[in-house]
Amino acid sequence: MNDQLKFLSSKVTKGLMTRREFVGRAAALGVTAAVANTMLSDAAKADGHATPKRGGMLRVASDGGESTNTQDPALTASEVPLNNLRAWGETLVEVTENGEIDYRMAESVEASADAKQWVFKIRKGIPFSNGKDMTAEDVLKTMERHSNEDSQSGALGIMKGIAGMKVDGDNFIVDLETANADLPFLMADYHLMIQPNGGMDDPGAAIGTGAYTLEIDEPGVRHAFKRREDYWDSENRGWADEIEQLVLNDATARTAALQSGQVHAINRVDPKVAALLDRAPNLSVQSASGRGHYVFIAHVDTAPFDNNDVMLALKYAINRQEMVDKILRGFGSLGNDMPINSSYPLFDDTIPQREFSIEKAKEHYAKSGHDGSPIVLRVADGAFPGAVDAAALFQQTAQAAGIPLEIKREPNDGYWSEVWNVQPFCASYWGGRPVQDQMYSTAYLSTADWNDTRWKRPEFDTMLNAAKAELDNGKRKEIYSQMGRMLNEEGGLILPMFNDFVSGVSNNLGGWVTDGNGGMMNNKAMIRCWVNDA
Amino acid sequence: MHPIAKLIVQRVSLGLMLLFAASILIFGGTMMLPGDVAQQILGQSATPESLANLRESLGLNDPPVARYFQWLGGFLTGDLGTALTNGRDIAESLGFRLKNTLFLAFWAAVISVPLAIFLGLLAVRYKDRWPDKVISAVTLTTISIPEFMIGYVLIYWVSIKWGMFSSVAIINDGMSLAEKLNAIAIPVMVLTLVVLAHMMRMTRAAILNVMQSAYIETAELKGMGMLKIIAKHAFPNAIAPIVNVVMINLAYLVVGVVVVEVVFAYPGMGQYLVDHVSKRDVPVVQACGLIFAAVYIGLNLIADIVSILANPRLRHPK
Repeated sequence: MNDQLKFLSSKVTKGLMTRREFVGRAAALGVTAAVANTMLSDAAKADGHATPKRGGMLRVASDGGESTNTQDPALTASEVPLNNLRAWGETLVEVTENGEIDYRMAESVEASADAKQWVFKIRKGIPFSNGKDMTAEDVLKTMERHSNEDSQSGALGIMKGIAGMKVDGDNFIVDLETANADLPFLMADYHLMIQPNGGMDDPGAAIGTGAYTLEIDEPGVRHAFKRREDYWDSENRGWADEIEQLVLNDATARTAALQSGQVHAINRVDPKVAALLDRAPNLSVQSASGRGHYVFIAHVDTAPFDNNDVMLALKYAINRQEMVDKILRGFGSLGNDMPINSSYPLFDDTIPQREFSIEKAKEHYAKSGHDGSPIVLRVADGAFPGAVDAAALFQQTAQAAGIPLEIKREPNDGYWSEVWNVQPFCASYWGGRPVQDQMYSTAYLSTADWNDTRWKRPEFDTMLNAAKAELDNGKRKEIYSQMGRMLNEEGGLILPMFNDFVSGVSNNLGGWVTDGNGGMMNNKAMIRCWVNDA
Repeated sequence: MHPIAKLIVQRVSLGLMLLFAASILIFGGTMMLPGDVAQQILGQSATPESLANLRESLGLNDPPVARYFQWLGGFLTGDLGTALTNGRDIAESLGFRLKNTLFLAFWAAVISVPLAIFLGLLAVRYKDRWPDKVISAVTLTTISIPEFMIGYVLIYWVSIKWGMFSSVAIINDGMSLAEKLNAIAIPVMVLTLVVLAHMMRMTRAAILNVMQSAYIETAELKGMGMLKIIAKHAFPNAIAPIVNVVMINLAYLVVGVVVVEVVFAYPGMGQYLVDHVSKRDVPVVQACGLIFAAVYIGLNLIADIVSILANPRLRHPK
C-alpha cells in the first residue's frame, strides 16, 4: 500500500473522510473499489477496531418479525425469531463463514466408513441458562422432538432419513437409513437448538446454552437479552452486556434508525437505497453473496412445461444480467437454472453459463410446436422483493422472442398456500441450504414434499443417493456436476439470479464478517459483534 | 320516561345490536380469507403431515358456528382465549397494545382537537382574509399528503437532520413519561397534521352556516362584537356537527393509525391486527375487530347523544 493511500485510509478511520471519498481517491490512484475496501478494513484493524470490546448495549433493527412470533425453535421461520434463537441457543455444530464445520455442543464428529453411523461427542460441563448442565440425553430429546411425526418442526424433513438415535455415555449416535456424508451440515440447521429435555416441557421458554438470556420478549416489537456470566465460549462470543433487537419491518424506518444512530445494524437494506446509504459517513453497507435465489418455477409434468423446448425457450428468453442490474441493483449474481452456485462446497464452475439469446429462444419455441396460447406466469411481490418488476422484464424479452408470456398478478396474502406449489408457473424464492445434498433432497427428489417443479427423475434420485454415500469429494463433485447439468438442461427451474444479503452497519460496530450462510452474519451479528465505544 | 332518556336508551341498544352484527361480519370475513392459520404459520415450509398435525392441535377441524359461539361466550365473560399462532393470552397482549394505542391517540387528540377548533374559529373571524387562507392552505396540504410520506419527511428532518426526537417510537413500561413523550413526538405530529384539516374545516363551515341565520343578523344589528357573536350565539349552535367530526377523528386516531404504527414501529393495535390477519389467527382478529367496532360505535353514540343534548328542540320537548 503506498504512503498516500495509507495516509488517506487513516483519515477515514479517524472520521476525517468518508469511505466513499476514499474509494474515489483510491480509484484515481488506480486501485479498484474492492481493494480499497480491504485497505480500509486493514486500516481499521490497525486502528484498534479489530480488538473485541466487552460491555455496552448492542442494538439492531430487523425486518421479518411479527406479533405472532414465538421462541420455539421448531416454529421459527423468519429473520427476527432466528436472530433470537442464536442469542440464547446453540446447535450441535454450526457452519462458519468459510463453509466449514464449527463445533458447538458437539466437540467432535466421527463417521463410520460407510457414512451410515455418525457419532457426536458432546461437550461436558456446559450449563443451560436454567443452571442445569447440558447432556447427550438433552441432545437426544431435542432430536426426538424434531423428528416426531406429530411435531410441527420445520426440521422434520431433515430428520426423516434417520433410522435411529441413541446415547452412549457422552456420545450422541445417529444411524441413517441411507448413507449421508453431509450429516453434520444438516445438524447445523437452526431449528435444532439444544434445549433441556429437548424442549419437550416448554419449547418456547428460551432456555439454551447460548451467550445470552432472554429478558424482554414482546413479539413484533422488541426482544432484549442480557449476557450470561457463565457462558462457556465467552472468549469468542457475547461481547455486549446487553443486546436488543427492534422489529422494524418498514424499510424506511429501519434505514432511518440506522442513520440517526439508534441502532448499530439493520438487515435487508433495500437494494434501491443501498448505494445512497453507503455514502453516509458513519456507516457502511455490507453485502454477502449467498445461496438464496429468486426463481420462476414451472411444473415439468404439466402442459406446456412438459415440453422441454418450451422450457428452453423460456430459459433463453430471460435476460439474467438485466435482472441482476435492475432488480437487485447489482447486489447479487447470475443464476444458471440450477439451485447451486459457488457458495456451495463441491460446486463445479465449469458448467457453462446460459446466455440470454432471443434467437435460441425463438428456435426452441418454434421447435416446441406450442399452439401460441398465453403462458400464464403468476407473481406477487411477496414471492420475492421486486418479483412483479422482474416478471415484467421477463415478459418483455419473452415477447421479443415471440413467446406469449402473460403475467397474472396475485395477492401477497395467501401466496404460499394458493399459488406456490399449486399453480403450474409462478415466481418464488429459495433461501438455499448449507450443502447440495440438502438442497436437492428438499426440492428435487421425486418424493420431496416441496418438489415445486414436479421434477421426478429416477436417475436423478439414484445419483443423489450415490452422492450421499460417497465419501470421496472428487467423485461426489462429479456426480453433483452431472445433476446440475441435468437440471440446467431439463429442469422446470428458471433461475435468473442469486440474491445477496445486504445489511447496513454502523462504524461503531466491530467484528463484522461477511457470511453468505444467512443474513446478518448468518444471524450471528448480535452475538459476535461488539460496540466500539462501549 | 323522559323523551331524552328514551332516545338515549334507543341509541345505546341500537349500538349493541350493531356490535353483534359486526361480530358476525368479522367472523364471516375471516372465514373467507384464503388459506388457514396452519398454512400461514408454516408458510413455505408446510408439509402435508405438519399441516394436518397443526390443524388438529389448533382445533381448526371444529365447525365454524361452534367456534364462533364458543368465542363470543368467552368474550362476554372477559376470556379472549389464547392466540392460535403463539399461544399467548390474547387479553394480555391486547391490553398492552390497546393501552399504547390509547396513549398515542390521547396525546394526538389533546393537541389536535383544541388546535383544530381554535384554528376554525380564527378562520371564521378572518373569513376570506389572509389568516383564513393560510390556515386552509396549510391544513388541506397536510391532509392531502399520505401519512407515511409526512412521517418519512418528519423522520428525515426532525430525527436524522436535527437529531431532535427518536425515529423509532417503541415505548415500554420502564420509560418515564418524558421518555415516552420523546418517543411518540413525531408520530403525534403526523397524526395531528393528518386530522387537523377535517376538524378545522368542519368547525369553520358549521359556524359560518350558523352565522347566516336570522338571529345572528339580529345580534349584529344590536351592535354586538364579532367575537362575542361567534362565542355566544354561533358556537353553541354549531356544537353538534363539530362534535360529530371530532368523534370521527378520535375514532380514526384509535382504529386507523396502522400506517403510522408501521412507519414508527409503534407497538399498537393496528400492527398487531395486521400480523394476525395475515396468519389467519381468527380469535385475535375477532377480538381486535370487535374492539375497533366498539370504539367506533361508542364514539359515534357519544356524538349522537351530545347532539341530542345540544339541540334545544329535543331538550325542551313540547
